Amino acid sequence: MKGFGTLEYAQYPFLEGVGRYVKDSGFGIEQFGHDSDLIPYVDRAMERIMAATRGQIYSSELDRGDIDHTLLDKETFSFVIAVIILKICGKHSLIKRFALAESRRAEKFLERNLGRDSGGGSTTAKVLAELFSVDVRYNPRGYAIPISDYIRHSAHFHEREWKLVNRMVTGGDVLLSAHQAVRLLRHELGNYIQNHITRVSAPPMMPNFAGHIAKLNEIAKELEPEYVVVSGEHPPCIKHALEVLKRGENLPHSGRFMLATFLFGRGWTVEKIAPLFKDAPDYNERTTMYQLKSISGGDGKTRYNCPLCDKLRTQNLCHETAECNGIVSPLQFGTRRK
Amino acid sequence: MNEADAALVTGAIKKYYLDHHDMVPTPDKISRREFGYQVGGGSMVRHLSYADERALRVMLVGTAPSDVYCSNACYRFPTFAMKEKSWLDASLIFDIDAKDLGLPCRVGHSILVCAECARVSPAAAGKCAACQSQKVTVRSLPCTKCAAASLKEVAKLREILVDDLGMDDSSIHVYFSGNEGFHVHVDPGSFDALGSRERAELADYIMFKGAIPEAYGVPRAPGAKLGLPGPDDPGWRGRLVRSLGAAPAKKAARAGHAEFQKTLGSAGIGARIDPQVTTDIHRIFRMPGSINGKSGLAKVPVPDGSKFDAYTESCLIDSAKVDITAECPHRFVLGGRRFGPYSAKDTSVELYAAVYMICKGFAAAR
Ligand SMILES: [Zn+2]
Ligand SMILES: [Zn+2]
Repeated sequence: MKGFGTLEYAQYPFLEGVGRYVKDSGFGIEQFGHDSDLIPYVDRAMERIMAATRGQIYSSELDRGDIDHTLLDKETFSFVIAVIILKICGKHSLIKRFALAESRRAEKFLERNLGRDSGGGSTTAKVLAELFSVDVRYNPRGYAIPISDYIRHSAHFHEREWKLVNRMVTGGDVLLSAHQAVRLLRHELGNYIQNHITRVSAPPMMPNFAGHIAKLNEIAKELEPEYVVVSGEHPPCIKHALEVLKRGENLPHSGRFMLATFLFGRGWTVEKIAPLFKDAPDYNERTTMYQLKSISGGDGKTRYNCPLCDKLRTQNLCHETAECNGIVSPLQFGTRRK
Repeated sequence: MNEADAALVTGAIKKYYLDHHDMVPTPDKISRREFGYQVGGGSMVRHLSYADERALRVMLVGTAPSDVYCSNACYRFPTFAMKEKSWLDASLIFDIDAKDLGLPCRVGHSILVCAECARVSPAAAGKCAACQSQKVTVRSLPCTKCAAASLKEVAKLREILVDDLGMDDSSIHVYFSGNEGFHVHVDPGSFDALGSRERAELADYIMFKGAIPEAYGVPRAPGAKLGLPGPDDPGWRGRLVRSLGAAPAKKAARAGHAEFQKTLGSAGIGARIDPQVTTDIHRIFRMPGSINGKSGLAKVPVPDGSKFDAYTESCLIDSAKVDITAECPHRFVLGGRRFGPYSAKDTSVELYAAVYMICKGFAAAR
């Protein structure tokens, strides 16, 4: 219906239509779990997961341009099976790593395909529209994205090159290169994949998966991160953000910004804050340090203040309780008299 | 403002809303809007809602507010406290204020009203000339130069909204605020769902704030190849080169990254909007066609392209003569007539001028 074919499903196996596609190809989870003829698919699924646990991006013949039909199906099915295995296993640390690695993989395809596309209505643009509800159009000067869509994503970037004033803007659109267009949206790709996995319900254990899952449980034990103990005097919005990070789920940029500015406001240092982010699905030490430093007002820049409660409410970051006692800034939590 | 002054002003405003009810257009989706008003310039009553045009008219005529405001945002529950209103969207608004333009004419038409003795002194005096008090309020008189300079900024803004942001010219509505500024309202569009932080990005764009040399073809690495935009490039790229001139732009670029950053900072090509107004998504904003309590003048539409005399078009209060006592060191023009200077003397003037001077604090009803 969306006009996606086997190639798109293989490259972006988290697209909405994939479930239907697998079914229409005559396969079901039960078969993958029981049929010994299908074990090669399960093995490939395991390869994908293992690569992710090692912090690598799974690569295959598909990356090298092989688009043989059976190979494409193998790619698509192995992703679907991997998700099922992860769901049965139920370890957040593994799901998080998998979502991150798969988003990096998809990002490569997006960028490569966008770079090759020419002419409006390209398949890749359709993929972007489906994933992010962003209307991307090809234009001889670059990829045109409506300004409002652009700002929705870019306003939370800290690098100045992303400011609208530093972009080519015309007639209501921002013009981006394929690389920039993908970078603009990549943060959400990981979220999208993670949400996709969250929505899948876990079936009962099946014979083809049992050995793999036992192995993954072992690996997960080693990966289970140790947490910084945080005292209970934080307001509910901050506690919630810390919990999201602990679970290895993605905290939106606005949430990270709130958390960092709040902790700076409480006198924490960059070095003390940085480790809190290390379980985020897209954690990168250098980027995190850089962003924290720029929020902290280091390097002679302006220090950002913790957003006020009103603002956090509009960003869905507020989790007000009676304890908040009508404060207007999270920093006032517990400090207000009477 | 004493009782007699307040009675005169409120009476004039009531008559205005009776006679000119068609001047105040009913906002669309009126029941989703928050309203607020002040009476006699007093404290603000907010979180009000009017179900329809009739209810709004009844309030205007019945209360005769000195100032009346309506949210550019729509809410599910406009009368609730701010955090419970449930914000839906807000159309874009812009404010350009002559006060912020730093014009040299300002001192010549500003006057000081003393908070201690209520006497009036020229701005050049720096304090109350009568009692030497420093507690003075600066009030500005009509100035055609200020209006013209503000309208120039409005024109810049309009060009950016149309050419860069892709708005339809007919969706942009410009108003004289009734005192010193100009307000630009934009019809509902693709930006309405944006939050405050996103709107700050738009405001920075419009003001040409935060530009970096790399984005304009001047890389950080010394000696790297320059890629200056052409004069016909879209958006700020072309506008920057057209403003600097091709040769000076090239010269500035050759001076290096740091120097070019300074050139960008001092280019002065942005439209000088007040970013706080644009980024505040919970604001209640002076209603078109309503009286501005700082002047008694109305917030009136500015037709595109034609000549517009702000201080005549906005003079919509009656012109029957009334007696006042006035003190004003400068002459000013209002409604096409000259007034002042007055040296604390009794005089008889048109009602609109009386209201203007009383609102500004340099006249009293007699
Ligand atoms: Zn005085
Ligand atoms: Zn002036």
